[in-house]
Amino acid sequence: MCPQIAACPACAVAPSAEELAKMNEVVEARIMLSLPTVHCAACITAVERELGRANGVHSARVNLTLKRVSIEADPDVTADDMTALLASIGYEAHELDAGTLRATETDKRGRELLMRLAVSGFAMMNVMLLSISVWAGAEAATRDLFHWISAIIALPAIAFSAQPFFRSAWSVLKVRRLNMDVPISLAILLACALSLYEVTQSGKHAYFDAALSLTFFLLAGRYLDHRTRAIARSAAEELAALEVPRAERFDGDELVTVPIAELAVGDLVRVKPGGRMPVDGVVTDGQSELDRSLLTGETVPVYAGPDSAVSAGEVNLTGPLTVRVTAAGEDTSLHRMADLVAMAESSKNRYTSLADKAAGIYAPGVHLLSFFAFVGWMVATGGDVRLSLNIAVAVLIITCPCALGLAVPAVTTAASGRLFRRGMLIKDATALERLAEVDTVVFDKTGTLTEGAPELTNLEDFKPRDLQVALALAQASSHPLAVSLAAAVSGAGGEPAELNDLHEVPGYGVEGTWNGETVRLGRAAWVGAKAGAQTATYLQIGTANPLEFTFADHLREGADKAVAALKEQGMKLLLISGDAPVAVETLAKRLGFDEWVAEALPEDKAKRINDLSKEGARVLMVGDGLNDTAALAAAHVSISPASALDAARVASDIVLLGSDLSPLSEATVTARKATRRIKENFAISAWYNVIAVPIALLGFATPLMAALAMSLSSITVSLNALRLR
Amino acid sequence: MGIILYLIPISLFLGGLGLLAFFWTLKSKQYDDPDGDAHRILSDEWDDKPRP
Repeated sequence: MCPQIAACPACAVAPSAEELAKMNEVVEARIMLSLPTVHCAACITAVERELGRANGVHSARVNLTLKRVSIEADPDVTADDMTALLASIGYEAHELDAGTLRATETDKRGRELLMRLAVSGFAMMNVMLLSISVWAGAEAATRDLFHWISAIIALPAIAFSAQPFFRSAWSVLKVRRLNMDVPISLAILLACALSLYEVTQSGKHAYFDAALSLTFFLLAGRYLDHRTRAIARSAAEELAALEVPRAERFDGDELVTVPIAELAVGDLVRVKPGGRMPVDGVVTDGQSELDRSLLTGETVPVYAGPDSAVSAGEVNLTGPLTVRVTAAGEDTSLHRMADLVAMAESSKNRYTSLADKAAGIYAPGVHLLSFFAFVGWMVATGGDVRLSLNIAVAVLIITCPCALGLAVPAVTTAASGRLFRRGMLIKDATALERLAEVDTVVFDKTGTLTEGAPELTNLEDFKPRDLQVALALAQASSHPLAVSLAAAVSGAGGEPAELNDLHEVPGYGVEGTWNGETVRLGRAAWVGAKAGAQTATYLQIGTANPLEFTFADHLREGADKAVAALKEQGMKLLLISGDAPVAVETLAKRLGFDEWVAEALPEDKAKRINDLSKEGARVLMVGDGLNDTAALAAAHVSISPASALDAARVASDIVLLGSDLSPLSEATVTARKATRRIKENFAISAWYNVIAVPIALLGFATPLMAALAMSLSSITVSLNALRLR
Repeated sequence: MGIILYLIPISLFLGGLGLLAFFWTLKSKQYDDPDGDAHRILSDEWDDKPRP
């Protein structure tokens, strides 16, 4: 960090040559870890001390605001070592992909806006002080002197601070359109030009203070808006960075860990039990079961052995698999889904926000009004250009959308902040407005309403003897059904039976001998049972008939509350799942859905939502899987839980950070409140205009009045927005 | 009234110093971790030799 003070604001914005050079040299590895549990001074010290003591670590610095630690270390230090080290002193740590996070670190735009805000604020306060003495009755030479000093402060300050408005106005004018920035830029520029002319003619009125306070208030709105989005973006990036894209590749006989981007077609990769498939491919070695719920919504794991095809995103459950890559990176089925998403997205981009709608009415209106004021006074005074221009500029300044510029950002900041504290991340700027219009809610089942974790449903149907054997077998496997079975049986007080020769047969189940008889727990076909419609595992003792253990998906926390609350709000509810009809129907009835669709393909989901939209419904889609992605993008507004696949999170407008679903109902209420506040704010600023415009048109407006009207409307609008918190 | 010819530039200069100080805080990334900085001051480590 260099302590030198930049002499000019521009130098402070542009990175110095020294910093640029530093960015280029890569001598050490940078490891980023997310630390969800750090919260105090002692935590910072403990983490930094422990990491600093480790071999090969050069420095470690905790960022408490972001709950992260960044470690500079030798290239051979791995994130796993660091995570283990932190776990040993009691801190939970997760690796973050530093590449994904880079964008957040240099929040240049935010700093730039803050700098402009500071400059305009500084200039505004000084010019305002000078103006007060003019308003108080400074005359002749004193007034001219004060006006000149104001001009010297205001002109460079505006040239620097108001650039964002000029740039945005220019870019829309080039394509022959109007936005809110056009009247803003015009008002600022005209006010400056006219005031400068007046000052050279030692005139009575100068609007430098108005031009500056306009810039200041609007920049404040712009900055609020930017910050809300930056917070959302950084949280979304952190979620993405938690999935470190790495795979284990065979180089000859040796296993090396490489980034997924380096995998090529034909490579052999090894996927450990519990790992997610990094690529599309064909199994060459090993047997296992795959959990495809994120891709298809089905909860029953499927068998995978040599020659079975696997797709990226599936989770390997029981045995290690060696996979030959058939498609990697952009070509995987995961990415191909992006086409569907892109198509659906284009329809969503057509949404016009309330602010744009207001600007569409407002911008031409203001210009016409001030033009007519100019023409009218020209006629009335018989060609007094100076007076007419003065009045036209006064109209422009008084009607300038200071409050309008603050009306939307202040409300969205307050509302997003409120929802963020409840664990909801608003990713899209217009998401709240769209959420407020929703009248139909479509839910996905697996992973959204349910946690994707199975729960044993028929424990009472078995004899203690069978349960003991089942427990002993289940404990030998890490398959989710086995884990759930073991937990249920031992939770009910069961003891494992004594088995010999216990071993797992990957892809099939667990086998052992008990009292001289072979016992098996696993897939239906393997134990000679007929597979039912429900998720189940089967126990066979000797040659007896296999026993069926059935499972249902565990309901996500708050799911019933959220559904009930949404129903109470009068929403139409719909459940669409890729799972089997029995499972979908059971859940739909349990939660009180009126309508449900089972065995839906991804295209079906998107199509159903498009049909609903065509009928005039505003659909909120809540889903997590790859099969929901197209539907999420097609819906009017969409929400996905943090556990969702990256692709689904990207496609949705709002992300639920916790595992609890209950904030859903509150979100719709808050969104509706926020939209009402925005409209109220528009109404407030409209009223200010209705009162002030006739005064300006009649030529009674003074710089003092302009300053008062502007500040008052801005403050009322901000206060009204704060009522949301 | 002649005194304001000196006083206005002086006050502007002093205000400008404040503005520059703000630029410096912005440039030296003092707003990156407000929570951490608030807590770090309570830590009793590095009192003799502050870390870079």
